[in-house]
Amino acid sequence: MEQASSGGPVIEFRDVSYKLPNGQPVLSNVNLQVDRGETLVLLGRSGSGKTTALKLINHLVAPTGGDILVNGVATRDSDVIRLRRSIGYVIQETGLFPHFTVEKNIGLVPRLEGWDAGRIHQRVLELLQLAGLNPAVASRYPHQLSGGQRQRVGVARALAADPPILLMDEPFGALDALTRAQLQREFLSLRQRLHKTVVFVTHDLSEALRLGSRIALLEAGHLVLVLTPQEFLRSEDPLATAYVQAFADGAIPAHGGAP
Amino acid sequence: MNLFHFLRQNQDQVLELTLEHLWLVGISTLLAVLIGVPLGILSARRPIWNKPVLGTANLIQTIPSLALFGFLLPIPWLGERADRIAILALTLYALLPVIRNTFTGIRGVDPAVVEAGRGMGMTDSQLLFQVELPLALSVIFSGVRIAVVVSVGLATIAAAIGAGGLGEFIFRGLAMVNNELILAGAIPAALLALAADFTLGWLEKRLRPL
Repeated sequence: MEQASSGGPVIEFRDVSYKLPNGQPVLSNVNLQVDRGETLVLLGRSGSGKTTALKLINHLVAPTGGDILVNGVATRDSDVIRLRRSIGYVIQETGLFPHFTVEKNIGLVPRLEGWDAGRIHQRVLELLQLAGLNPAVASRYPHQLSGGQRQRVGVARALAADPPILLMDEPFGALDALTRAQLQREFLSLRQRLHKTVVFVTHDLSEALRLGSRIALLEAGHLVLVLTPQEFLRSEDPLATAYVQAFADGAIPAHGGAP
Repeated sequence: MNLFHFLRQNQDQVLELTLEHLWLVGISTLLAVLIGVPLGILSARRPIWNKPVLGTANLIQTIPSLALFGFLLPIPWLGERADRIAILALTLYALLPVIRNTFTGIRGVDPAVVEAGRGMGMTDSQLLFQVELPLALSVIFSGVRIAVVVSVGLATIAAAIGAGGLGEFIFRGLAMVNNELILAGAIPAALLALAADFTLGWLEKRLRPL
């Protein structure tokens, strides 16, 4: 699946729009490129269209206008099953299968891809270690794990078939502040080792600043700006300064409320 | 203890009618599952089918059972044997709980789980057989359990058209104004229903995903 096509963007939005069946616009004329190996953060509040933008990449949502290109091929022309298996997907609350053990959850895509049992088992052990999990959790069910462990399993599952692209939809949103900070740190060290292209959705500026190589700010379905974290902090754009102001006012520590 | 005496004396016949009863209920439940589960999946997947399918199953439920047996009597191949009519009628009545619970069970699967599966590249049938049906299984099964318990009661009426089962005793007792004979049919039928409910309830618990 990995067509190592020249040095072009791995993911490209070309004038992409998405309207609900009732005509309500969710995303309007978005143009965006994600380069190989970078972590692009989609930042925005609820209803800004950031999750929809993510789901357009693995074609869980089909654009009503424009094209999304993954490795140079329009998603509307690709085999969506193959496309999705080449893209890791992590969502909030993880979406782990409650009737599968951790091992079966992590091994899902390799199993769909027809790997033999021994190779899947080997891979699962590797991933448990990579995600900082004790191999003993392999035989447990998701409801027997803590929130942080579940999220680690979610990440391990997304990495199972070693996809070049990773989509993450507020993966750490439901965790307590300490666990979130720890998983963010591990995410950074993991990213250095694995060289994935990551698109990461969050509403939390501190997370965006910490994890992103670039931040794409969305508001009411429009892409407002795309900046590096340093540029974002210095930006004079009214919306960006509003985010920075709100962050400075209330959010030290990240979600802690008044000191 | 005249009833007890009667049951002892006629134990061969009691056993035979009980087995006949179980056969009517068993076959019709099996057919209802084979027809109802796919219909329930269809209405869960394609909302357009939801109303016609559940509406029809609901409508069938409103036909009085004795009348339904009567309606089916003149149908060519079917009318030749009373047990065929009884099985078809019982199947039709059993459809509603099976369809409705399949629908509810599949709709009740956490959308985040389904979306995660789809996002990781599961095909529709992989999602159905590996995720949706296993997670809906205990709900579907509780529909089957309702269907069985209702069928055990309904099947007594099948004796009115000569399809056999424990209803034989009941109708004979009614005709002869013999309460013991009525009870000889009614009590085993009630015990059968209780036993089925208990056994299937136990199975249902074991099928629960968590």
